[in-house]
Amino acid sequence: MLSADLPARKAGLKPGTPVAKARALFPDLTVMDADPDGDSEGLESLAVWFQQRVAPIVAVDSSSSSGQADGLVLETTGADHLHGGEAAMLDATVRRLAESGFTAKAAIADTWGAAHALARYGRGRVIVVPEGGIADALADLPIEALRLPSSITEELWTLGISRIGKLETMPRGPLTLRFGPELERRLDQAYGRMAEPIQAARPVNPVSAMHNFAEPIAAAETIARYIGKLVPVLCEGLEARGDGVRQLDLLLHRLDSAVQAIRVATARPVLDAKHLTRLLYKKIETIDPGFGIERIELVAALAEPMEARQRVSALIAEEEADISGLIDTLANRVGSDALYRFAAVESDLPERSVRRVPALAPDDGNSWPVQWPRPTRLLGRPEPVRAMAELPDQPPVYFIWRGVRHCVKCADGPERVFGEWWKGDAELTIARDYFRVEDTAGERFWLFREGDGEHGETGSQGWFLHGIFG
Amino acid sequence: MTPTEDRKPARKKPAVEALRATIARLEGHRDRKRAVLPFGMHEIDGKLPGGGLTLGALHEVAGGGNDALNAAAAALFAAGIAARTKGKVLWIVTRQDLFAPALDQAGLATRRVIHAEAGSETDALACFEEGLRHGGLGAVVAEVGRLTMTASRRLQIAAERTGTIGLAIRRWRRQTEAADFGQPTASTTRWRISVLPSAPLPVPGVERSRWLLELLRARSGECADFEVEGCDAKGRLCPAGVALPPALADGAAAQEAGRFRATA
Repeated sequence: MLSADLPARKAGLKPGTPVAKARALFPDLTVMDADPDGDSEGLESLAVWFQQRVAPIVAVDSSSSSGQADGLVLETTGADHLHGGEAAMLDATVRRLAESGFTAKAAIADTWGAAHALARYGRGRVIVVPEGGIADALADLPIEALRLPSSITEELWTLGISRIGKLETMPRGPLTLRFGPELERRLDQAYGRMAEPIQAARPVNPVSAMHNFAEPIAAAETIARYIGKLVPVLCEGLEARGDGVRQLDLLLHRLDSAVQAIRVATARPVLDAKHLTRLLYKKIETIDPGFGIERIELVAALAEPMEARQRVSALIAEEEADISGLIDTLANRVGSDALYRFAAVESDLPERSVRRVPALAPDDGNSWPVQWPRPTRLLGRPEPVRAMAELPDQPPVYFIWRGVRHCVKCADGPERVFGEWWKGDAELTIARDYFRVEDTAGERFWLFREGDGEHGETGSQGWFLHGIFG
Repeated sequence: MTPTEDRKPARKKPAVEALRATIARLEGHRDRKRAVLPFGMHEIDGKLPGGGLTLGALHEVAGGGNDALNAAAAALFAAGIAARTKGKVLWIVTRQDLFAPALDQAGLATRRVIHAEAGSETDALACFEEGLRHGGLGAVVAEVGRLTMTASRRLQIAAERTGTIGLAIRRWRRQTEAADFGQPTASTTRWRISVLPSAPLPVPGVERSRWLLELLRARSGECADFEVEGCDAKGRLCPAGVALPPALADGAAAQEAGRFRATA
């Protein structure tokens, strides 16, 4: 018999009694099969419940002597005042659990060890140990409460040591010699002489999913399969919070303790497991598994609330397809800097009249003037050409670009552009005269002369080719 | 579409039609009547099977002569086509030298175009396929050099599946590489755009650009040459030789002048 409920305990049944004996005593006893997996699952979901409502650091407590998860441990420092004090908090918690059909015992103490012992072996459903009162509270408890292996407890019993208080007063040297360091460690932990941090099983922030491998893995297909398994888990976690992923980290813990990380980012909060999986798949080839991967962990490093968007009414405008998924895919391939839209800048200088904005940035409504034709291709850096113009106001008669001579048949211009004096003193006087020219073959170019053709301070008066028209 | 739905129209038609439907189905076309994007010019649309550029297909465009390296006219031609589709347009390049105001002037509003700058041709092709496969875009334009049979077939299939038009602007770094345009690909049509001298103006200035469109290949169509004037503000071409807008000129004269000179 693993455990018994309150009426059974009152009738004298204890955990550890053989079922046959119990049945002999009470023929109408209800016996149920133990379900350790179900128990620990239930405890984990309860831990999440506590994490969301009571305290941030919650772990499933499986440190008792049987090695089974049979409780929860909470770090309530700094959380109790939100619930009206320690006693009120414990009381409310136990009552809330009773409403859900759970019989729970709760204890609060300075150390995990003491709280663990009191919650299981203390008297009363709610026990609050005041600060510094551990020694008194523990003195009368049985040694089983110390989270020791059963072999040690049995030996202690045969020696006639049954209470923690008695054990505590005994000299440490012979005890350690006989029972090993474990006994001393547990005692120290219970009395607060040794720190025992609580490893929060599931940190509330960020949401993550993890898998440990029995055997280290290295194949891309295996990694892909486990990504496919982890992403839906993560998405479920996020969905419970109403969040979507903006940034997803896949951490691969290798055998040699190195951690490989893959990061994918999305333009908008995403909760589509398929889409996220696809994004991660594309990055698998960048993984170096080394000697093997023993643990993979998926962390939503950045999550944002999913926002509901209003659909466009069919009367007003046609709905545009949502392409944020495609943007993510492309951005994770070529980099988000290489994916952009052009937006207009109010500047007469061609190279300054465009700027790059994120692909999904809202339209600012600016546009370029339409009356002046602009070249399809703009050279990154204007290329000097040898040109011959008859008069300062006139386009060149011919020009030589990249060793090819182009005879100008007709031209439009000049379009004078002045330097932006507010950007610096160097631009105070400069000017450019742009000409659109067509050569005898029909090719069109955008040429400019640096300077106004008369005054030396406006520029070098040299000719440059800046763009090619279609 | 399921095969049974496919067969429905064929049932009433003669055996030849049924056979054609079967072949089309075997070739992977969903239905024989595919949506097309007409140029709005009878002369070009008449030469193209279906009466326009097939949507959900890959089309290749390259510049002729010196424009093979710059692909300025070819880009504008593609921009004009993309401008007449609906939805966003993805424009993939390996080196960015497009000047956005020019696309704007060809009718392709800058808010519609998302530019992607791929690090390599392989990346560019991958993005191209990804864009076509998504289905939410109006058109995908990519500037690529080498386009193998395998790559183009992948793109063609991706386009067929979603109905997004794919425009591959073939652009090479060196003139000698331009011979690659002779290699066969799986694209539905293949165009070469060369610039022509524009019509002389009575006053100093430059007229609207004039192009020679060479339709080098059209699946189940004929090759043809067209002489047209470049994209207007809505991305439309018009036949070369129209001196004045028809509304201004004498009706009969305009019709005469507007007669299209095809040298096919």
